[in-house]
Amino acid sequence: MTRQYAFYPGCTLHSTGAEFGASGEVVCEALGLEMVEIPDWNCCGASSAHSLDHELGLALPARNLFQAEGVGLESLAIPCAACYSKLAAAALALKEDEAFRGRMEGLLGKHYEGQVRPRSLLEVVVRDVPKEELRAKVVRPLKNLRVVGYYGCLLVRPPETTGLWDDPEHPRSLDEVVEWMGGEAVPWSYGVDCCGGSLTLNRSDVVVHLVDRLAEKAREAGADAMVTACPMCSANVDGRQLFRGGVPFLGKRPEAKAVPIFYFTELMALAYGLPMAKVLGKHYVDPRPLLDRLGLA
Amino acid sequence: MIDPAQGFLEEVSALSGQKVSACYYCLRCSAGCPSAYAMEFTPAQVLRMVQLGQKETLLKSPGIWLCIGCETCGSRCPNQIHAGAVMDALRQISVAEGVSAGEQKVYKLHRSFLDSIKWWGRLHELSMLVEYKLLSRDLIADLDMGAKMFLVGKIHPLPKRIRGIKEVGRLFREQGTR
Repeated sequence: MTRQYAFYPGCTLHSTGAEFGASGEVVCEALGLEMVEIPDWNCCGASSAHSLDHELGLALPARNLFQAEGVGLESLAIPCAACYSKLAAAALALKEDEAFRGRMEGLLGKHYEGQVRPRSLLEVVVRDVPKEELRAKVVRPLKNLRVVGYYGCLLVRPPETTGLWDDPEHPRSLDEVVEWMGGEAVPWSYGVDCCGGSLTLNRSDVVVHLVDRLAEKAREAGADAMVTACPMCSANVDGRQLFRGGVPFLGKRPEAKAVPIFYFTELMALAYGLPMAKVLGKHYVDPRPLLDRLGLA
Repeated sequence: MIDPAQGFLEEVSALSGQKVSACYYCLRCSAGCPSAYAMEFTPAQVLRMVQLGQKETLLKSPGIWLCIGCETCGSRCPNQIHAGAVMDALRQISVAEGVSAGEQKVYKLHRSFLDSIKWWGRLHELSMLVEYKLLSRDLIADLDMGAKMFLVGKIHPLPKRIRGIKEVGRLFREQGTR
């Protein structure tokens, strides 16, 4: 059965989050999820727009909702957690704030129907595709792979924006994906703790501090790896465990101590036996030695 | 006579859309805040200072630039105050009033990021990073990570402009963001 969605890729999907883009594409195809990219989309403004200007932080994502209405599909699937959060916040503002909606309609010269619902790609996969279907596609179960679910901030928060498709304090959707793929979801207390997001370049000391704690707690919990649905979390947790900011090459940390992080779509692609060799090589912390050791590569 | 403390509280509440006066200082926001350890005032202290009208101190504070917008505070507040939105409002007011940002590099990264959107409609990492490096004069940091990103094809050399760039430009002008 084919399910159709309007699709907002976001700026990172083919650059810093290339692993997410490539693995997401093959997994959606395998599940019969057809993604129709919305025409001529723009950047959602991420952390920067709202940091300097409240309304710009809503107006940039709102333009994408106007663009998405042209596609004619209700569900708008968004892989990146930050993009998802910004588009969902804009949808809420357009619905509840008539004056803002009026200003946007004036600026863009279009009427806004309010028929498009921004949804995280993770939500789409775990809520729209029946569990049995997700499990039936598994040809290589992720046996003995112990993974903690790392949700980060904006995938499940704040509840007003997300509409509570998963619990904001104790989400389970990533853990469920791990279990359905035959791996072991390891419980820990840091799944919704922030990795430092937008401070990664300008205050890398803060991000190194937060990422080190996440990696340490994941190891303490007995996990081999982390799994995420956010390109920002992935870039930070993956990159900052090794590259510490400051003087290049001097402060680099040995890879042996680092915890690999996967996108949930990578774990699914592995379990479904889809080609992943090129994708896995793009990580900073190379996950291939771990997969080799468990016989999963 | 207008009480200046009241004026600032009203200004921040209106711009952020948050009922700052409802804070009764339970500190849940600050207990969960990932960057509170690096701020000179915790989110709860910031809310209290807004109530008391401590405008000058707050606008100069480096701490308001360390809020990541992770929404932990807002999700946990028993009075539904999103302290992150309050931090946004404080930054916006400080920029509008020409106060030099307490964390220059954070401000300059946001600036470079938004410039990239203004130019191309989407984020183009390479040109954004070049602008940020020049603005911040922080030329050395992260060249190792950058090299790795380039090698695995995560950084595209050339940007591509979207067709609706004029619409994006209108959004920027309307908001008065330079």
